[in-house]
Amino acid sequence: MCRIGSIKSRTPIGPSTALELMIPQQEGHDNSGYAMVMQDLFGVFADFKDKPLLSAACNAEGAALIDEYMEERHFSLLYSWTPRPDARPGLDIRAMPRYLFCVYDYPPEYRDMSMEKKGEIMLDVRLALRRLLDARESGYVYSFWPDVLTLKEIGDPRDIAAYFRLWDPDCPLRARNIVTQCRQNTNYAIVRYAAHPFFLQGYTLCANGENTFYTKNREFQKSLHRGYIGFESDSQCFLYSLHYVLHEMKWPLPYYKHVITPLPFAEIDRREDRDVLNLIRETLAHLEINGPNTIIAMLPDGRMITCCDSKKLRPVVVGRTDDMLAISSEVCGLNAIMPDRDTSGDIYPDEREIIVIDNELRVQRCRQ
Amino acid sequence: MQTVKALDLYPGDLRWIIEYDPARCTMCGSCVAQCTQNAIEVRMMRQDLTVSRAAQPDPEPSHLARPVIRQKTDIEHLCVGCGFCQKVCPNDAIRPVRNPDQRLPLLARGHGPIKRGGRTELNSQRTLDAIVVGRISQMTDPSLDSERHTFDVRAPLGRVLPSRELPLKVENGRLVKTGTTPPVNWIYPLIFSDMSIGALSTRAWEAVALAVAYLNEECALPVRMSSGEGGMPIRLLESDQLKYFIIQIASGHFGWDRIIKALPRMKSDPAGVLIKIGQGAKPGDGGLLPASKVAPHIQAIRGVPRSTLHSPPNHQGLYSIEESVQKMHLSLNAAFGFRVPVAIKCAASGSSVSVYNNLLRDPYKICGGFFLDGIQGGTGAANEVSLDHTGHPIVSKLRECYLAAVQQGLQGQIPLWAGGGVGLTGNAAADAFKMICLGANGVFCGKILIQLLGCVGNEHGRCNSCSNGRCPNGICSQDPRLVARLDVDKGAQNIVDYVLAFDSELRKLMAPVGNSSLPVGRSDALVSTDRAIAEKLGIAYAC
Repeated sequence: MCRIGSIKSRTPIGPSTALELMIPQQEGHDNSGYAMVMQDLFGVFADFKDKPLLSAACNAEGAALIDEYMEERHFSLLYSWTPRPDARPGLDIRAMPRYLFCVYDYPPEYRDMSMEKKGEIMLDVRLALRRLLDARESGYVYSFWPDVLTLKEIGDPRDIAAYFRLWDPDCPLRARNIVTQCRQNTNYAIVRYAAHPFFLQGYTLCANGENTFYTKNREFQKSLHRGYIGFESDSQCFLYSLHYVLHEMKWPLPYYKHVITPLPFAEIDRREDRDVLNLIRETLAHLEINGPNTIIAMLPDGRMITCCDSKKLRPVVVGRTDDMLAISSEVCGLNAIMPDRDTSGDIYPDEREIIVIDNELRVQRCRQ
Repeated sequence: MQTVKALDLYPGDLRWIIEYDPARCTMCGSCVAQCTQNAIEVRMMRQDLTVSRAAQPDPEPSHLARPVIRQKTDIEHLCVGCGFCQKVCPNDAIRPVRNPDQRLPLLARGHGPIKRGGRTELNSQRTLDAIVVGRISQMTDPSLDSERHTFDVRAPLGRVLPSRELPLKVENGRLVKTGTTPPVNWIYPLIFSDMSIGALSTRAWEAVALAVAYLNEECALPVRMSSGEGGMPIRLLESDQLKYFIIQIASGHFGWDRIIKALPRMKSDPAGVLIKIGQGAKPGDGGLLPASKVAPHIQAIRGVPRSTLHSPPNHQGLYSIEESVQKMHLSLNAAFGFRVPVAIKCAASGSSVSVYNNLLRDPYKICGGFFLDGIQGGTGAANEVSLDHTGHPIVSKLRECYLAAVQQGLQGQIPLWAGGGVGLTGNAAADAFKMICLGANGVFCGKILIQLLGCVGNEHGRCNSCSNGRCPNGICSQDPRLVARLDVDKGAQNIVDYVLAFDSELRKLMAPVGNSSLPVGRSDALVSTDRAIAEKLGIAYAC
């Protein structure tokens, strides 16, 4: 079983806090990797919040391919941060030769373009880069979006953190939001794309569990949107459904829960909005999930959400202080980073609600 | 050497030989009296016996003429192996025995093609038995508890619109419906299919209908029953229970004058309308109800004189799918105020995927279900050559249709219902579960229902005399003496009990794969022990 976590903080935090959240839960994960998505960046990226940031890991050929492609598309490099690795022997990490965290400026012709249109172009760029690097087996492109940074690597999370000097108190990576996970996919081949969190057009998601409707989700999603690709993990389906409901259909957030874990027919029949709920259940029957799952997601506007499968077969807990809120598979993670919080305020979401945390750290429990 | 007429028939030529033991026979006559085929008779037999009539042994040879039971050997009075003589015999003196050396296929065509009911006897391969539910939840995810957890076992009947075409808008943070959508009924994933009043006795049809009402009203299982092409009783059409029925229309339109006339007085809508284009048991051939079964009440309900009733192989006037959609679908939708899903039933065939694609792409989005009927489906009457030599196995065709929809991202928009052999071995739940994993939304079954009413017909030439009105159970007969043999209440109870077991078994299969709702298209849950089947269906091979 996986363990997942996320932190939302008023003051920017470094990845070490996320690691402190996850490491106490290591009995439940196997320390086989580390992955995080940071959003609302500070530190070295604080000045580039409105410019798309590319996160990739590759070899020299991959880096050259990316440079060439971005130049062709008229994206100009504004800033690039290169980790200064601690390459001491004995660290358990399967490091890639190059890690790129590059901020680009939009081509001049895009400057008056709507954010929506830009979002489509950024997705196309990421997909094109991914295809380029896949074809030459020269690396991985994780995200290309303003104010979002993705780091994934295989190995022991403590050693990965040491390698990237994430434990450093003045680590230049800082953000108000971090979604994280400490395990490589164990059901499928170990590939970096299969490691949560997954990212698509501002939506970030990680999941703990097993989506037993993976095949039917995947077969349906493949033709729903050009960005629904990969499927290296069954959990990507959760992200794509979230993206479809919110970004494509533009339905309010609570309907995500109605799509992935619809109410039983008998309950729908008793509801006033049964006509709508029935329509949703009918039309998106192939996006329903099954099996044990907990989801943590982050939306483009910075809100974080968490919810569970329809039988609550996987745990999750939300804890908070005045300054910070965290979602975690296990309460021991919360205890590590917020030892002095009021535990009576911890929330253990049930199977029929979505917990939504806004940027003011207000918590809303949306009944399905 | 004595002369013998070589072409004379004797029991050794026939499919069944009556085995009779005169020593056990009490001469009660029950076997002869009950035989619906009139296949046995009482004859006198000369016997040389040694008898002793005195108080002490005093054997003496005797020449006796004794009544015995003999099998008739003319083709009109064939024993069909139903075994009812054995059932009524108080002393186990008689039984039919299968004859491996029969010559019947050569002898029985004297008056034209062989006609019978039942299923194909040549194509009884069981693809579904080479498939196992092989992806069991272990460790990575928990199996569910079929007794303790709740399961949502429902299937759609009706046209499902793609999400982008739904008339929904956001108002105060909630979605509201702003227009109309095609009707969709969520029903139990097992439909009782298409056996008409006429093919069945009214009492047998009533038994099935009773079971449906009981399952809905007492067991909360929304099982639906298709009327078959033979109309429905007026009182049922005008009752609230009409909602449990899917009214079928086929090329003969039998019974539809009454249905149309009843429309203004209907209290509730039917669950659906099913346009029968073809039938798996005899694809490309129309319905057939021999004159022997067109009794006065059948004439009344169908609005026909006493004669053999042939439904044409095609709906006259429909020459293309587009026409079918425009004419029949639209007019039937209109007849019920666009409140009732209108679905279509076709025989599985090489062209099924084309038909399904056409329906999926129909701009009116008006077809509410695609019922695909395989070669192992049953029938009340057909030419044996059709039954045995035409048709298409259901499993791969269902899968092809589903995958064709997947390829276009249209899966789920026209629900797929599969039938034709569901429950062939008596295990309908396993068959249904596997079909659902391969892409069916639900399944339909017919033959197994009459087997639960007592039908002894099988795929090995037993009985199957549904076509001649001499059904020994009174199920497929309109002869009141035979119909009286059927215990309607007990028959209905058998069906109810079976469906309740079916429901439990379905949950017993859903639980280990960790699913609380139907795993439509979850082909990863299946493995096949046959490499060719695995390859054809796109599922894992296991050995």
